[in-house]
Amino acid sequence: MMQIDSIKLHLCLGAGCSVSIKNSFGKMFSRAVLILISLFIISGISTGKSSFLADSLVSPVFASDAQPADSDGEATADGEAAAEEGPSVWAPAPPPKLEASDYPIVEGWNARISVWIVAQLHLFFAAFVLGVPIFVWVIEIVGFITKDNRYDRMAHEFIKVAMTGFSLTASFGGLLSIMLAVFYPDFMEYMVSVFGKTMLIYALLFFVESFFVYTYYYGWDSMNDGGKKKMLHLFLGLMLNISGMSLMVLSNSWAAFMMAPSGLGADGAFLGNVWAAVNGPLWNPLNLHRFIANIAYGGSLTAAYAAFKFISATTPEDRAHYDWMGYQSFFIAIVGLLPLPFAGYWLTKEIYDYSQQMGITLMGGVFAWLFIIQAVLIGAVFLSANYYIWCSLGRTNGADRYKFMIQPLGLVIIFAFLVWFTPHTLVMTSTEMSQVGGTHHSVLGPLGVMAAKNGAVNLLILSTFLSFQMFSRSNTEVVGTGFWAKNGTAIQIGLYTAGIVNILALSIWSYFIPAALRIGLSIPQVVTTLIVCVVAMIIDMLRNRGTRDIAEMKWGNMPIRSQYSLFMLAGSFTWLMGLMGYCRSGIRQHWHVYTVFRDNSTEAFTPTLPYAAGMVTLICAIFLLLILFMFWMPMLASKKKKEQPQPDSAVEAG
Amino acid sequence: MFNIIKIVFFCLVIWVGFAAYTLVGIPLIIPAAPPVEERLTGEITMEQFVALGDRVFHGKGTCTLCHNALLRAPLLDSIGAEAEAILKDPRYKGEATTGEEYLHESLVHPSAFVVAGFGKKGTNDTVSPMADVSKGAIALSDVEMDAVTAYLQSSAGVDVTVALPSGDAPVEEEEVAEVKPAENATEALMKFECSMCHTHPLIEEGGDTGPDLTPLVTRAATMKKGMSAKQYLVEAILDPNAMIVEPDTYDEDTMPDDYADRMTVTEMNMIVDALLGKEEKKEGGE
Repeated sequence: MMQIDSIKLHLCLGAGCSVSIKNSFGKMFSRAVLILISLFIISGISTGKSSFLADSLVSPVFASDAQPADSDGEATADGEAAAEEGPSVWAPAPPPKLEASDYPIVEGWNARISVWIVAQLHLFFAAFVLGVPIFVWVIEIVGFITKDNRYDRMAHEFIKVAMTGFSLTASFGGLLSIMLAVFYPDFMEYMVSVFGKTMLIYALLFFVESFFVYTYYYGWDSMNDGGKKKMLHLFLGLMLNISGMSLMVLSNSWAAFMMAPSGLGADGAFLGNVWAAVNGPLWNPLNLHRFIANIAYGGSLTAAYAAFKFISATTPEDRAHYDWMGYQSFFIAIVGLLPLPFAGYWLTKEIYDYSQQMGITLMGGVFAWLFIIQAVLIGAVFLSANYYIWCSLGRTNGADRYKFMIQPLGLVIIFAFLVWFTPHTLVMTSTEMSQVGGTHHSVLGPLGVMAAKNGAVNLLILSTFLSFQMFSRSNTEVVGTGFWAKNGTAIQIGLYTAGIVNILALSIWSYFIPAALRIGLSIPQVVTTLIVCVVAMIIDMLRNRGTRDIAEMKWGNMPIRSQYSLFMLAGSFTWLMGLMGYCRSGIRQHWHVYTVFRDNSTEAFTPTLPYAAGMVTLICAIFLLLILFMFWMPMLASKKKKEQPQPDSAVEAG
Repeated sequence: MFNIIKIVFFCLVIWVGFAAYTLVGIPLIIPAAPPVEERLTGEITMEQFVALGDRVFHGKGTCTLCHNALLRAPLLDSIGAEAEAILKDPRYKGEATTGEEYLHESLVHPSAFVVAGFGKKGTNDTVSPMADVSKGAIALSDVEMDAVTAYLQSSAGVDVTVALPSGDAPVEEEEVAEVKPAENATEALMKFECSMCHTHPLIEEGGDTGPDLTPLVTRAATMKKGMSAKQYLVEAILDPNAMIVEPDTYDEDTMPDDYADRMTVTEMNMIVDALLGKEEKKEGGE
């Protein structure tokens, strides 16, 4: 691998130990590639594991002599005949048609609200404890390969934070199961009749995951010999991730089945092939979307943890350490965030392919306005991310050369953000409507259509990437005389200019063409953005061959307010997750299992957006209290440890 | 501890801000209640049967989700009249022999004939993206599909040929008798289906068969010489053919002229006030 990093930083940590911190764009890129490769390995192995599970699930879950399914998934005549033999033999049965009176009423409890709160809290924690071990494992590998102990220490600290999360996740999962059984017994009976076998595997996997969680965490120090024991430890981490991913894909299959059921007959009766029910049309899109989102979410929460520790730090060493930790977490969150929309597009496409009605309900019906809110939230994420990067210039020594770019970049980002969330139609009274001159404002109206929004979002991504590039080179200066060292920046300026002109031109052109063609133009715009980012990054790598560090990076030299942008990032992610959870679940409308098993409870109605927003806010507030508890636990442990005398061997070498 | 309080406060401000934006900045759309299967409990007239089809078309059938002015699917205003002609189209591949049969067939086998430009992508208009409405999430009963067919024929102005349901599927007399008066202008506009043809701020998703009602807030007073704004609007509602706005664009006899029999005075006043922009205080909170 090319040796392109040239920034060396020395940072005092703890009791006089010195740690060398290297940082450069090239290093970041190498690390990003390593992260992506490792993620690919994890997902690949998890998929392999899923295939193994698939093999075991293809056989009917119920009495094998009773109801085999043919290759088309239809119940055979033999199976039907066998079904008539007696009650001990299973036969496919359609889901029951329930009445409101079939739903138990527990005094003092609202079934749907209770399940909503507990399910969302379970998902928040699950996303965190599934996401964190992925990048902990990757960071540990990076530390193992580079022999840089800082990575190992950071990975250990991350997993320490997540440990309390495991028990909270399991607690909420248990509570959710009980609530579902109490409030929706018929629904659960039906789900068990379809997924009983996978539910048992799911429960058993908890033991497997627990084994690897505890051996991985508690074996960290004793296996940290940099050799065979460390490799064994990495194997434990891999198994932890595989068991976690297996848990996730299993539970995803239930959620995906509820949205797009498969493996059922025309009357909704389960045909006996569990794999057909598991492997529904939305299963893999949901798996991928949640896998990536978990990483982004885990990164954002650990960044918030580091920010909290940074603000609370009393020594420059601690500030430096948590500043560095916050930056790494922030980097992970952004790496996870960028591919997320593409996974979302795939999921949405599959929803449309499965049921156009469901797709239109999602994007053109009751939930259409939700995506304006989503735009605001993602805009908030981008704004906070850029603000954090601009503040990060304070850590470098040559930032003055780039600070003039902050203001124009900020203006572009704010403008793009405003365009992104400008609605096409506005809420107005009759008088306002007449004053405006119609349902669409003459200036704002055109900004509300996709033509403008596509341009805005691409400019937003490009500006963010430019901010990041600005930071990555702000501590370097050109000393070489090679072609790229001399001309790299000029070529990059040309590249960005051409890219922006192309994006804007396509946006303007799309106002003048039919809607069907307009939608297609979003693809060349995204491709333009990706090309600019990738080519600019490659040019940076080539340019860095002829650069050197100006001085050491000043970790810890960040204003306190910059840390609030990390809270903003995590807060926006959390609220967004809650909102999109409502959306994903809500597009089933009045169905427990879409088109198959109707929800006839008194609360089968689809909640309005403000109602959902209130619920999400309430859930986020509860989550915040729990997450503070989760952050507090490792601090409590550290406090206790500090009070005890430290053996010399425990002092980390720089 | 002070840091924790600051962080908690900061997060709560963000989240409450998001929720407030959702409440204030986004139009309140109340999702339709879960559909109820239409049950007939008595003798039924053709008028009631067509009305039932109207309800199914705009409600449980979710037809207007796509068949609307946004043209996700073709408009069906005149499909009842065009059905016979479609049978002679060389691209028609169904088995219907009459217009009525075709309308029913199009509900359960939408690909029998796909209007040019509305087929699934890549199928060259041979496959319809529409689902069989007798199954899946919509799951209309035979009676409901017949009612929709009757409604489509009626709304196109052709004779309704659908047979009324037999005696074992009687009419919902009680429900028909229990039509409640609208409580506000929005409800009144919905009740009298103004949204089918007109657009207005109080109408969530309007049609374009009739003129946009929005400009009336300033123009009603000058629409007809010698009439106040209110007088003009009352006449336009009760006697819609008295003056056709833009006769080149809008046809006579399109708007029902029986509102005098169906509308209460209060309902009419509410609609008129809303069109004149006097309902802001009442509607503002909605």
